[in-house]
Amino acid sequence: MDAHLSAAAPVSLGSPLVSVHDVRHLYHRGGAADLLVLDDVRLTLRDNEIVALLGRSGCGKSTLLRIIAGLMPPTSGEVAIAGAPVKGPASEVAMVFQSFALFPWLTVLENVEIGLEALGVPAEERRKRAVGAIDLIGLDGYEIAYPKELSGGMRQRVGLARALVVHPKVLLMDEPFSALDVLTAETLRTDLLDLWCEGRMPIESVLIVTHNIEEAVLMCDRILLFSSNPGRILAEIKVALPRPRNRLDPAFRQLVDDIYARMTVQSQGKPVREGLFRGTGISMVLPRVSPNIQAGLMEAVAAEPYNGRADLPPLTANLQMEIDDLFPIAETLQLLRFAELAEGDLRLTEAGRRFVQGGPDERKKLFAQHLVAYVPLAGHIKHVLDERAAHRAPATRFRDELEDQMSEEDADKTLRAVISWARYAEVFAYDESSGVFSLDNPS
Amino acid sequence: MNIRAVTDSVRAAPLGIRARGLLPNLYDIVAFVVIAGVFVALAHAAREMGAPLSGLDLTPVTLDPANLPEYALRTTLRMFAAILASLLFTFVVATLAAKSRKAELVIVPALDILQSVPVLGFLTFTVVFFMGLFPGSQLGVECAAIFAIFTSQAWNMAFSFYQSLRTIPGDLDEVTRQFRFSPWLRFWRLELPFAAPGLIWNTMMSMSGGWFFVVASEAITVGDTSVKLPGIGSWLALAIERQDLRAVGLAVATMAVVILAYDQLLFRPIVAWADKFRFEQTAAQQRPRSWVYDLVRRARLVRRIFAPVVLVAGRLAMIRLSATTWRAPSVPGKLGKIGEIVWLAIVLAGAAYALWFTVAYLRAALGISDVAEAVELGFLTFLRVAVLIAVASVIWVPIGVWIGLRPWAAERVQPLAQFLAAFPANVLFPMAVVAIVAWKLDPNIWLSPLMVLGTQWYILFNVIAGASAFPTDLREASTLYRLRTWQWWRKVVIPGIFPYYVTGALTASGGSWNASIVAEVASWGDTRLKAAGLGAYIAQATEAGDYHRVVLGIAVMSVFVIACNRLLWRPLYRVAERRFRLD
Repeated sequence: MDAHLSAAAPVSLGSPLVSVHDVRHLYHRGGAADLLVLDDVRLTLRDNEIVALLGRSGCGKSTLLRIIAGLMPPTSGEVAIAGAPVKGPASEVAMVFQSFALFPWLTVLENVEIGLEALGVPAEERRKRAVGAIDLIGLDGYEIAYPKELSGGMRQRVGLARALVVHPKVLLMDEPFSALDVLTAETLRTDLLDLWCEGRMPIESVLIVTHNIEEAVLMCDRILLFSSNPGRILAEIKVALPRPRNRLDPAFRQLVDDIYARMTVQSQGKPVREGLFRGTGISMVLPRVSPNIQAGLMEAVAAEPYNGRADLPPLTANLQMEIDDLFPIAETLQLLRFAELAEGDLRLTEAGRRFVQGGPDERKKLFAQHLVAYVPLAGHIKHVLDERAAHRAPATRFRDELEDQMSEEDADKTLRAVISWARYAEVFAYDESSGVFSLDNPS
Repeated sequence: MNIRAVTDSVRAAPLGIRARGLLPNLYDIVAFVVIAGVFVALAHAAREMGAPLSGLDLTPVTLDPANLPEYALRTTLRMFAAILASLLFTFVVATLAAKSRKAELVIVPALDILQSVPVLGFLTFTVVFFMGLFPGSQLGVECAAIFAIFTSQAWNMAFSFYQSLRTIPGDLDEVTRQFRFSPWLRFWRLELPFAAPGLIWNTMMSMSGGWFFVVASEAITVGDTSVKLPGIGSWLALAIERQDLRAVGLAVATMAVVILAYDQLLFRPIVAWADKFRFEQTAAQQRPRSWVYDLVRRARLVRRIFAPVVLVAGRLAMIRLSATTWRAPSVPGKLGKIGEIVWLAIVLAGAAYALWFTVAYLRAALGISDVAEAVELGFLTFLRVAVLIAVASVIWVPIGVWIGLRPWAAERVQPLAQFLAAFPANVLFPMAVVAIVAWKLDPNIWLSPLMVLGTQWYILFNVIAGASAFPTDLREASTLYRLRTWQWWRKVVIPGIFPYYVTGALTASGGSWNASIVAEVASWGDTRLKAAGLGAYIAQATEAGDYHRVVLGIAVMSVFVIACNRLLWRPLYRVAERRFRLD
């Protein structure tokens, strides 16, 4: 089993299986400036290794996977598979999707056969190979079931069988376990690793996109850590732990902690508000995190055993959250100066502690102060409303301002976030049916 | 989870009768007879349709009940010919619109307008056109009738297919591209199955509407030309001429049987079969059922007969027409933009020419006073439609809510309402006319209800559907808080069913405009009743062969319908979508 570890060393002979050279990708937005999604990404994938692309959601790692799969061309740069430049979907790769992407009107067998059908493989051989792949992945007996009759884990097994049956060299996996519950995901990971270690899968290497740090450490030989806005490879981390790996092994924990720290180190050396979210000033793209959840997290961090300072890995585990759910909340708190994220810890500020101790009215007052002071868009709207004689302003006015700087979707998300925070803080009101901001709160 | 039990239940259903060898079973016999009957009927009718036009003079339509089954068959076949043409049109045009930006610019607005144009008015031109195309043959008139039905069916089907193609889930699209599906395979494995539920529903609605037009288009009088194609519509026209109430009753009964048969033999099986194409990942509690579908599924022999068809379809699906490479980049380059502008210019120039041509055509014979007259009559008809939809709403909304909130009642009434919506109301017109004549009523008022006779059911069954879908917890909450009756209607029920009601009312009002062309003029023997309105205007111009006035009438009516849709129904629909969605 340990034989695979040595494969992490560079292979000298021949070209790498996948090589990505200086890939940049711009996302074109109507009117607004182009958004840089991927910046100067370079990576190689060699024989016999599992590599993770680890990063926060929205960091462009899924885009990179699609560029490698040949589903979209990069704005600039080059991708080669087995030495040949990628000019479209290549037959050497197959992809597993987060949403499984099964055809609900086809049976398990037909779903698995579909890739072979596209290749023009004769019906008999098609059936034989599909049944083989279904057996391999542990789904025998389910051949004529429809996807909707299966549980999530089994559906992802179908997705896996469908990818394996065409005998790709590279298996691309886009967050393959994140739509599954914890237990199912773990079983599937273990089964997959067993097949890999025993060399029973007809593939040469695997590239997994994930935001789950433990998953990456558990499965991969190498981890490529991605930064957000724009997506860049921050670091390459070799995982030399022997397989099968134990999550409770101190070396495993150490590595996980280490990666947490690297992922939170990002904002150091910059002003707290900058770089947390995409964009600056009023055109910062804000996440939709309700004040209730913010209050909940602050209370959790203030309480035993953390007493105002929490290490992220145990905190996420205790709250039964994924790191990807926690980060936006923690960062919102950081934006509002209720907490600080650093070196894998979340620490409440003085204001954060006062918020937790305060009653409902004090909380609202404190939240209102911080909202207007530290969220530029909220301050801007408040200012405009104060200036106007009628204390009213249509939302389109601000929407247009935002859409100059960000996509329509982001502008909508950002406005909704600010509306929700302002409603809680009673800083200003918003009437949904007329789309007008005003200072009058119904009392 | 008990895996054994799951597999057993999955395996048991479709293969349950494998044990008993090749001998045909009872289901086989029944299914075979039905299929054979369909083939014979097709062959017979196809031969008859090609008969020379003089044949109609030799064997004119008679009121002999022995002929009625054949007439019913001919009417039904016309219907199927039209639906096939509509499907073909849908696949070609909607695919084109979804795949080509340039085509989309023209096709989508065109479909939108065509949906609102009163197709009955077209009959005049199409009859002349198709008779010219097949001089001396009955086929020309047949084609005109089929084309009339087609124009009432195709647009919403194409629209539905186009919208499905535009909303194909991104991950499935990526799967097909990643595995390098040929466009052909993609059509069969992804696009058609994904679009199937919407397309089938729209086809069903189209066919419901179609019966009305098939009846109206069989007995055509344009100027001096008067043709009666063998069918229920012609039977009815003759019965009206001869003042034969018994024959009218027979036509009503036959129509009922035909629609019932079509529902049971064709649509229910298709809906039951298409259930598997519904795009959802969880198994539904209640699945549509159909005895015919169960019968065909159980019939071993039938499956064997269809096996080669399936095989050929499978082979066809595997044909690789072209290799997949990058798709055109989503960002149009400079050249693409220029191309688009040029294309737009060409389209606009074409439209300008069409406008000039139409105006010139109309100006040759008509003046501004004619336009004013048509608009004035249009307002009269608009008034009728508005009042009638309001009256129908006041009557059917409470009844629909009452029924919809009681599952046992909804289960029985819903198919009936759908049946009534499909029933061509023009078959019932003579009864109303007899009553108006007998009691000497004012046709200006009493002919009006005929316009909503067939279309009011759309309001009813949509409201029933809305009330049935009303969440139980909301109902329980409103009961717990003891809302007063008026409050309950205003705050709970009306918002709850609003999106459904708007859908129903929109369909009903569109249908009523169309129906006005037949409903505002009615006759019984030599007695002719006429209500002042745009429908009567078009109908009379058609009969007189006055093409100029027909064009003017249709244009004015189209403007009215489009204005109603844009100014009233669409905004209401948007409000319903935004404010009152319950999910």
